[in-house]
Formats: sequence, structure tokens, C-alpha cells
Amino acid sequence: MIKIGIDAGSTTVKTVVLGDDNTILFRSYERHKACVRDAVLRQFEQASAVLPQETPVVVAITGSAGLGLSKAAGLPFVQEVFATAKAVRSYPETQDGTAVIELGGEDAKIIFFGQNGSIEERMNGTCAGGTGAFIDQMAVLLNTDAAGLDDLAENSEQVYNIASRCGVFAKTDIQPILNQGGRREDVAVSVLQAVVDQTIAGLCQGRELTGRIVFLGGPLTFLKQLRRRFTETLSLTEENAVFPENADVFAALGAALYAGDVLSGSATPPAELRKKLQSAATDIDGQKTLPPLFSSEEEIAAFRERHSRAAAPEVDAQVYSGDAYLGIDAGSTTTKLVLITPDGGILHSFYSPNEGSPVELVKRQLDEIYKKFLDRVTIRGAVSTGYGEELIKSAFSLDSGIVETIAHLEAARHFVADVDFILDIGGQDVKCFKIANRAIDSIMLNEACSSGCGSFIETFARALGYSAEEFSQLGLLAKAPVDLGSRCTVFMNSSIKQAQKDGAAPEDISAGLSISVVKNALYKVIRATSPDELGRRIVVQGGTFYNDAVLRAFELEVGAEVTRPSIAGLMGAYGAALIAKRLGLAESALITQEQLAGFTYESKPVTCGGCTNKCHMSINTFTTADGQTRKHVSGNRCSRPVTGKVNELPDIAAWKYEYLRSLNDGGDPDGKTIGIPFVLNMFENLPFWKAFFQTLGYKIKLSAPSSRQLYLLGQKTIPSDTVCYPAKLAHGAVQSLIDRGCTTLFYPCMPYNFDEGISDNHYNCPVVAYYPELLAANMKMPDNVRFFAPYFNLANKKGFIKRAGEYFSRTDILGASPKDVKRAAKAAFSAYEAYRSKLLSETEIAISYARENGLPVLVVSGRPYHIDPEINHGINKMMTELGFVVVTEDGISCKQGYEKRSVLNQWTYQARMYNAARQASQMPNTEFVQLVSFGCGTDAVTSDELRVILEGRGKLYTQLKIDDIQNLGAVRIRLRSLIAASDERKAESGREAAI
Amino acid sequence: MSAKQESGGRVIFTKEMKRDYTILFPNMLPVTFTLISEVFNQYGYKTKMLTETDSVVVENGLKYVHNDTCYPALLVIGQLLSAVKSGKYDDKKLALMITQTGGGCRASNYIHLLRKALHKSGYGHIPVISLNISGLEKNPGFKLGLSMVRKLLASMIYGDFIVWLRNQTKPYEVKSGASDELTEKWTHQLIEKFRHRRGLGKRQMRGVLREIARDFAAIALTGEKKKPLVGIVGEIYVKFAPLGNNNLEAFLLSEGCEPVVPGLTDFMIFKINNRVVDVDLYGGSRLKKAACTVMQRYIEGYQREMAAALSEFPQFRKMGSFSDLQRLIKGYLGYGNKMGEGWLLTAEMLELIHSGAPNIVCTQPFGCLPNHIVGKGMIKRLKDDYPESNIVSIDFDPGATRINQENRIKLMIANARVAE
Repeated sequence: MIKIGIDAGSTTVKTVVLGDDNTILFRSYERHKACVRDAVLRQFEQASAVLPQETPVVVAITGSAGLGLSKAAGLPFVQEVFATAKAVRSYPETQDGTAVIELGGEDAKIIFFGQNGSIEERMNGTCAGGTGAFIDQMAVLLNTDAAGLDDLAENSEQVYNIASRCGVFAKTDIQPILNQGGRREDVAVSVLQAVVDQTIAGLCQGRELTGRIVFLGGPLTFLKQLRRRFTETLSLTEENAVFPENADVFAALGAALYAGDVLSGSATPPAELRKKLQSAATDIDGQKTLPPLFSSEEEIAAFRERHSRAAAPEVDAQVYSGDAYLGIDAGSTTTKLVLITPDGGILHSFYSPNEGSPVELVKRQLDEIYKKFLDRVTIRGAVSTGYGEELIKSAFSLDSGIVETIAHLEAARHFVADVDFILDIGGQDVKCFKIANRAIDSIMLNEACSSGCGSFIETFARALGYSAEEFSQLGLLAKAPVDLGSRCTVFMNSSIKQAQKDGAAPEDISAGLSISVVKNALYKVIRATSPDELGRRIVVQGGTFYNDAVLRAFELEVGAEVTRPSIAGLMGAYGAALIAKRLGLAESALITQEQLAGFTYESKPVTCGGCTNKCHMSINTFTTADGQTRKHVSGNRCSRPVTGKVNELPDIAAWKYEYLRSLNDGGDPDGKTIGIPFVLNMFENLPFWKAFFQTLGYKIKLSAPSSRQLYLLGQKTIPSDTVCYPAKLAHGAVQSLIDRGCTTLFYPCMPYNFDEGISDNHYNCPVVAYYPELLAANMKMPDNVRFFAPYFNLANKKGFIKRAGEYFSRTDILGASPKDVKRAAKAAFSAYEAYRSKLLSETEIAISYARENGLPVLVVSGRPYHIDPEINHGINKMMTELGFVVVTEDGISCKQGYEKRSVLNQWTYQARMYNAARQASQMPNTEFVQLVSFGCGTDAVTSDELRVILEGRGKLYTQLKIDDIQNLGAVRIRLRSLIAASDERKAESGREAAI
Repeated sequence: MSAKQESGGRVIFTKEMKRDYTILFPNMLPVTFTLISEVFNQYGYKTKMLTETDSVVVENGLKYVHNDTCYPALLVIGQLLSAVKSGKYDDKKLALMITQTGGGCRASNYIHLLRKALHKSGYGHIPVISLNISGLEKNPGFKLGLSMVRKLLASMIYGDFIVWLRNQTKPYEVKSGASDELTEKWTHQLIEKFRHRRGLGKRQMRGVLREIARDFAAIALTGEKKKPLVGIVGEIYVKFAPLGNNNLEAFLLSEGCEPVVPGLTDFMIFKINNRVVDVDLYGGSRLKKAACTVMQRYIEGYQREMAAALSEFPQFRKMGSFSDLQRLIKGYLGYGNKMGEGWLLTAEMLELIHSGAPNIVCTQPFGCLPNHIVGKGMIKRLKDDYPESNIVSIDFDPGATRINQENRIKLMIANARVAE
């Protein structure tokens, strides 16, 4: 009998026809570009040549988009992992595989085959990172396609650390590398490595990948370097890495085989099948839709006319002669450049995707400007802004650099002098700031989500085979925009998948995406609850607002008319140029035409060995015609690689870390060693336990200092990929102790923390409280290793002494006498107290130092474990580098007493942040930032509350989200914006005082 | 934010309000909460259980609650706010009620987030009542008298019992809808019994439970082959509430499975038992321990009545007891693991595996903190110890699409069928 397997996936459709003897008579693999059912029908028509006319055949449909199709067509469905397993078991080449790794468009799977024939599957859940779609998205950034990316990767020299969990984070990682002159080849290989890491981290969940691994799916069939990354990362021998024939259509094969085995009773003549597929192709389910953006062409025309009014002053560039100012915005995905007259008229403008090298782009533009304007124009000032601000400034010897938020504000003011709200949606950033008293009042940047950004629409348009412009125009007259909800890109992808499944047309998807982008920006990034909150004089800008569908969706959503300057996409550069004018220079230092002629530049990747941060840096060397060379180092966190010195400003985060690490005895040669994973609440309680065990005659041995390597060491035993990074590090920490021969490990469960009298309860968060139990259940402990994870509550001193006495006197634990334990406990409590008072006095000293030297203090507020350099990626160093004295929340929280909060104030560490915010707002020349680990559930509660506390007291609230991502580009922008906003506020109050 | 809110001041539900205010509360367990709603009404409150599930609910949730907050908070608050804003109720005569568990999980914060949301949307004057067993917030107009508490507990027991039986007859009923009709019928009968203070004491309850079981046993069944049993465990809201879990029970039924949903009673005992354990582990008031032990034993007594009533009907699955769960969890998690569903969640998975239902959907809101440990964190251990266990972990949040969730559940079901 003839068997047909149809695999309708998220991005591709695969059809396989098997003959009587299971030989492949027909196979096809194609991208469906959102028209799943048409593509299936088309493939079926192609396959018809090999199908018999009258004899009934069997068919089974599989794949993520197959379920809807099978229902609509009334044809049998088989779950795709199930189908894949079927195929794997059926071919000699693959049947002894121990596991399958299959990457598809938006799915990633691992199937484990157990010894007794059991199958265990892991599919990516709500996260689509580490899939084919992710590679496609990243390829777009490199201005190539997946195959091109693979070719690039072949010539790589080093692998950067890129987060693949979500396209957003990867972009945040990749962009700065590119902008700072990193090699595209290295970025390409890093993207592939990120996919490998994500697959292993996200899907293994505690089970090891060993034995013969079968690799399936499109990306693994077509991308050689991806295969190589997998083989190398898993240390597979050639024979244990199986790349079977037809790996791209395996699920379809399995579906066909399944049909042959199970469905022979329900065979259908091909003609009837065709009819069913045809009816499915025209059957469109009820889909949640939104009102259209415009109801008529006239409405569109009126809308366009209104927006055309916000234009820069006219100037005839062909004849103009006089002064000019240059602004360059080296943004994350695009480079923008403008040359303006003193009154803001545009002489020259440029907007282009970076395509990897902003330096090259700017060079060509300068060349063009010099040629075009010859002697007619004198450039009196040149300023850069954006991600690549420093690189460009140093490459072309600009006069100044300005943080992009301020550049945007300057430009917006030029169009609406009393602007009170600016929303800038660029390629991958959403920036939004409110302006009050002429100063930036609050800044919001997107960090966790790129769905409020333009590049998502663009990437999606390209995936559907349209240009961004075409795609946007499509959406304007869409009759029934799809309701895609508002959340992160990864989730949006699956919403679109669902819409496609239901047969939504591309124009409805286009309009729906525009609406989603706006909703995301409004409700996810800005977190506005009503349009009134935004302000009355709104300026929208950024390249994304060139998209009329987005602009219209925004106006409809906020219910107001807004200003979109004609140069919406150039506003950063325009603002920089205006600031260049404000510099009031007689002569600009800008590179001259002569120097530019022979300008060359070279970028070399290096890893700094100055400290544990191991910064991946780029050393850029610029050479001009007259033989002068300039060097620019990028990617560094501190000045050590540049000046050879570290900034010596007081830094309590660094002090705490060094102090705690210094408690490490490194173990006892006589074997009386207690191994302690230096993670989570050990960053607070270590002095306690050190004294405790020391009194009992033990030496402690800490886990190795956190690092990327330490994380990777325990990565495969992490069961939940959405838990915070600080918790994930615990796996590596415990493994490092085991690997170093530690046989007695101590890591207690502590639902309760110390009660400092500043909160309604004194809990730890569930992850901090119970993580030891998770480690015990998921990590392989050798038989001779004892892992002690008792429950203790240190807030109840008497209770602890009693309970610890019972526990540690047990002969299977330490066999200590209860009397000794009591003595140890007392010593422990005093040691903890001593640590706390030392911390407080160090903090006092730091603050006095700041006062005496007129330096600003930055209160870095997070959890104790946020001082780990692997967790904060050296943010504190960047802060001292920017001129702040750094103190932490726990050093000032006790200065304030209890105060009722409008949220339940029940966690000790979190309560400290509230108090620290209150204290900070009373301290002169002091700013406050909150560090938030991605995935931290409690900070969803605390961050809003902290904002209320600070803004209610006239302070700025700044949040820095941190993750396993190493790159600090966004952090730097925030901190510099904070400085700029704070300066402006000070200037403003100075002016008021003067009046 | 006003000074009042900042200092934590809240709007009190006064005695006067009790007279003519309508109290809205979100649905979680359709049967149990219907009973509870009627119990309140029998004591002079005007309550209304919200069952709206349209997209406005999620929209309002997203609008007024921090996006990274757990999904249940988003839904519950979205549902309440949608009702407040719907214009169906006079907001000057309106109060809201939600449950508050207390404990180190984020869930204890729902009520505060709800107040924040009300304030933000201009309804800061609406009082919010906390329904809890911890004495967390007091309102003069809202007091739980002893006789009312008895009825509330009885609602929980009967609710659990009816759902337990309904899930076993519904997949096999000859007349479609028969089990649901019977559920409805009994819900009404119980309300009447409660009104006359009947069916509350243990002895009377035993009789009523038997009657209920007899009625369900009398439902005509097709006699077809037993369908795969699929257990549902998880974070309490997404485990039970159809709005939270995209109507998971109905989906399992439509896929030809028999859902097994451990009830609310164990959770209630668990929450009381936590206080006993706290004293055992860390020291504290013996009096408190004794009082909680009494309360625990009291509910366990009710639980025994359910088991006893079922023992006469061998065609129905046995119901375990809280002490069974305590026994099963040994060696996996400590009794001190109490935030969220704590050790109970893992224990329920163990009980399901031991009672022939190793196919399990473990539900949680995306990013649920306790479930990192007691849900996803324990699946590997369970698989090592019980290779037949077939557990799929499903995250719920506003962005997670049904198709993705259903696809993963289908895979689990396909495995279950192979295992058979």
C-alpha cells in the first residue's frame, strides 16, 4: 500500500510518499510562508505523479501546524515526536540511537531512548530560543541567510558568549560585538554555539546525552557548522554522531510509516484525499480579529498629510554655504548620520542598516560629504551617540559623544518645544522618557522583550518574503487584523503560528503585528495603564514609526494625535548634531578630508586577563593617511586594559565579595572539611556557618568562584530553564566541590531569613529557600558524598540552638555533642553580627569618602548574591568607572525603621531594598539602581513598589536587568542616562534657586 | 499614589456595607465555589462568583498588573476589574473578595496587587476582603462564625467528592451530560441541606456522601475499555480553574482520557499542617501547634468519611488521605517545603503514580517560583524511581498558546497509550 506522511511545521511543510516496500517515491521540503494549507495542497499535487489513480492510499498528518489541518480535512493526526520516534526505530542507520536531537523552525526536541524501549521526550516549552527561526533571525542581523551564516562560521576564530534563550537577548549580545568591530565570522559561530547550549541546557533537564546521537531536522541537515558545534560540544566520536539521510523529513517519514502500520483500515482513494485537502485549504476558522486601522483610502491620505507637516526647515543643499554640524547615531541595528545648518535644516542625511561594520559606513559617508560640499560648508562640530558612540568618536576624532537618550530629547524639543513624552521605537530598542521641568523624569527601556521593536516586524516580513515597506503597506487596509496579544517575541511567534494555522492572510498578520508592537511598547515597556498617563505633547520617533501601520496603531491605541517628525528615524543623529552646535566650537577636531583618504581600520578580538570578568574586548586600530594611529578598546568594563590601573573608588559590592571569599579555608588536610556551595543565601550567611563549623573543629571549603565555566559544569543538571541565573550557578558550585574531592557538603534549606524588624514577615523566596532539595534530587552524587540539607530558621535563635543540637549530634551527621553545638551556634550568631557591623562601618566610610570628595553615591540594590561578579558581570566596576561610590542595599537599609508598604512586605532581602530606597532618597547626591535577575518572580512585586517609593520622593528609579548575558551595553546607557538626567535636574533646581 | 495607600491604609468592609454591598469573587473550583457562594448568601452576604472568560479579562490583567507577575494574579485581577468596569454593578455598592494563603510565595501578594490595580483604575474606594485561615486582615463587616466555617468546610468536602465521582463517570456516560446534570442536581440539594443545617456533622455527612456515590454509580455507562487516566497537579489556581488552564479537564476528556484531579481538601490540611511542622522544625508556640493539630485532625476526619463512603463502591477509585501523602513524600522533600503547594505537589504526583495514574500534567504559571523545585525539579527523580511515570510540565501564561500546550499534552497521551 502507498503511504503518505505530511509534516506541517511552523515554517516548512514536508511531504513523503512511501511505496509498498517503504522506499521513498516522493519527498518534498519547502517553506510555507504562512500559507500552510496551500503549501500542503501544492505538495500533494506534485506528489500526485507517483500516486495510483484508483487504489486507496493511507495518510497521516503531523507537525505543529498539522493539528488544525487534520481537523479541517478530517484526516488522521499523529503527534510529531511520536512520528519521529517511529521513523528512528525503523531504519538500521538510526535504530540503535540513544537519543535524537531535532531542530525545526520553532521547535527543538530531544528524544531519549531508554534501554527497555521506553521513550522520553523533551520539547521546548514556551521558549522558542535555540531553534531554526532563531538562526534565521540572527542571520538577518548579519545580512545573510542561514546558509550564509553557516559559511561564515567556518572561518571563525573565537566564540563569543551569546544568549540564545530569546532572540532579544542574543541581539543585545551580538549588536555591540558587531558595532565594536567584532568579526562576523566569530559572531556566526557564536550564534550556532548558542543554539547548541540552549538545546542542551533547555532540554536535557538533568539527563545526560551520551551514546549514539541522531541529528534531525532542517537546520541540522543543511548547516554543517551547526553539526560541528554539536559534535564538539557533546564530545561525540564520528560514529556516535549520526546524520541520517532525509533527516529534514524524518517526521513526515514517521507519519507515513505510522499510517502504514495503524491506519491501513482507513485507506482513501487519492482523489478523495485531494478533495479533503482542498476543502481544508479554503476553510478558515473563526479567528480573533481587531478593528481595521483605516476604513478608506481617503482616511489614509488625510493621515499622511497631517504627519507631513512635522518637517525640518527646508534648505537647498546644492547651494548652501556656511557653517554646519554633524551628528552620527551609531545605533544597534542601523547607522544614522545628518549634517545640519545652524537652524536645523538638513544638508545631508543617511540611514542604513549596519551590515556588520558601522565604521566603514561612516567613513564612506564622510567621504561623500567632503566631496559634495567641498569648501562651501565648514563643519564646526561633530558629535556621536548610540551604541557605537565611543567607537565612532574615536575612529573619526569627533568633538564629543552623548548618551542617546539625551540626543533624542534634544531632537524632539526641536519639533515640539514643550514635549513631555518621547517614545522612540528603533530596531531593537524601545526607549521612552517622560519630561518634567525640562529634565528627563523617567526613562524606560525594553530589556526583556523585543516585540515592541521594529526589527521583529522586519524579520517577520522577510520570513514571509516581503520587504518591511511592502509589509507595512499591506497592513494599512487589512480588514481583520489578527489579535496577536502582547508579549515577548518568542510567544508572539507561536501566536502567529496559530493565526497561520487558522488561515489568517499576510495583510491581517501585518496589521496585527503593528498593533502588537504598539501594545507591547505601551503596556510592557512603558507600563502605561491609560493614555492620559503618557503626556499631552507626545513625539514618536525611531525607524519603526516610518511604518504608517505602527503609527496609526499607536494613535488609535492612545486615542490622540501625536507628532512624528519627518526625520523620525534620524532623531538621534539630529539631536547629536544640535548638541554639536551647542558646543560652540570655533573649529571641529573631526578627521579632515586628507586624513580620511588613507583611513584604514583593523579590529582584533582579545580577552582581558586583568581580573575574573575576563572581558571579551575588541582592540580597534585606526590609521590615517598621515600615518597617525589611534587605538580604541571596546568591550571592557574598567580602565585597566586601557590605562593599566583600576579605578580605586570605594565599592562595597567588591568589598563584600572579597571579604566573604576570604573566609574560605580551602578545606582541611585531615579530612575534617565541610564543603559549602558559595551561592544564593550563602552570600549572606557564610560568616555564620564558617564560625559555626570552625567552633566544631571543621574547616570549610568553598565552591570555586562563579564563572561561565562553573555554570557549564552544572548546566546539564538544571531541571527548570526559567529559574534565575544565580540559582542555575548552584549546580556548577556543587559539582565543583564534588570534583575537588569534597565528601561532606552542607547547604541548608531556609524558608525563613533573619528578622530585621523592617518587614511583615521574614521569608526567603521559594528558590533561595528550597534550592538545596532540588540539587539533591537532580545532581549525581557519588556514593561517598554526603549532602546535608536540613531545615533551619536562624531568626529563632533558641529554636535553632535546639534543632541544630539535635541534628549535628546525630552520628550519621557530625556526631558532635549538643553542648559543643550550642557553643558553635553562639559563636556563629556573634560572627554574623560582627560581619553586619563591619559592613555598616565600611559603608559609612564609603559614604563619607564620597562626601569629602564631592562624589555621587550609587546605591546598588539587589540580593546579597548580586555581588557575585559572574552574576552582575562587573556592573559595580562600571559604576565606579563612571565616577560613583558604590554601596549596597544591606549597608543602609537598617537606617530606616519599619513602614507599612502597599504590597505584602514579607521577604527579608526584598524588605532591605524598600528601606534602602527610602534611605537613598534622603541622602544628598545619591542615586539608586535596582539589579533584577531575569526570571526573579519576587521582583515583579518589588520593582513597582520601589518605583513608587523613589518617585514619590522625587528620585529617579532605574532598573538594571541582569542575566547570563555578559554584555553591558544597555546597562551603560541606563547609567549614563541616569547621570545625565540627574545632572539636568540639578541644573534645573540651580536655575530655580537663582530665580 | 495617595498618602493613604502609601502608608498601607486599606478600605475596610464595614458592617453597614454588609447590608447592601455585592461581593464579587473569582471562580476557581466551579462546584466547590458555587457551594461557598451560596453559604455566604445564607449568612446575609450578597456574593457573586465571576465566571467570565473573555479576552477582556486577560487584557485588563495585562494592563493593571506587572507583566512578570504570576498568571493567576493576572487572571484573577483581570476578571475582577473587568467586572468592576463592566457597568453591571454599582461601584458604590461593591466589594471584592479573594483568598489569601500567606506564606513565602508571591501568591500572598495578590490582594495587594489587586488593591494597587483598583487604585490605578480609579476604583480605590472599593473594599477588598481577604478570605483566609490565617487571620491576616480583619473587616468588621466580614466575620466567619463557627457555623459558617462548618458549612464552608462541608462545601469543600462535598465539592471534592462530587468532582471525584463526576470525573470517573463522565468519560463513559451513555447519555451525554448525565454526570454534569447530576452534579448540578446535587449542588442544589446540598445548598438546601445547608440552609437547614443538614449534612454538616460527620454522621449526616456520611449518609449524604453515600447517597451521592449511589447516584453517580447509577449513571448508565457504556462499558467501554478504561480510558487512560491522566492526573492533574500543579499550582492551585491553574490546576483547578478552567480559565487558568485553558479548560484542561475538558481537553483531556475530548482526547479520550479520564482526568484525575486530587482535590482541595489535602491542600487545606497541608496549609494547616505547615504550622504544626514549623513548630517542630524551628520551635515556637506549643499552644499554636496544638490548636492547629486539632484543626488538622478535624478535617482529616471529614476526609476519612469520603474514603469510607467510597469503600462501598469498588467501581470508583479510592481516595487517599493526607497521611498517605505525608508517607509518600519521605525521602523526596522535607515537610518544611511549604511555599505555594510545596511538598504536597510532589506527593500528589507520587500518589497518582502509586494508584495507577502515572500519566500526569504538572501545571504551573510561567516562572512559578515554588514549582521550579517541587514541580519541574522533581520530575527527574520520579522518572528515575518510577520509569513508568509519564509527566508533562505545562506552563500557563497569557502568551502561551493553546496549540503549543495541547501538542505537548498530546505527546504525553500518545506515550500513555503506548504504555498500555
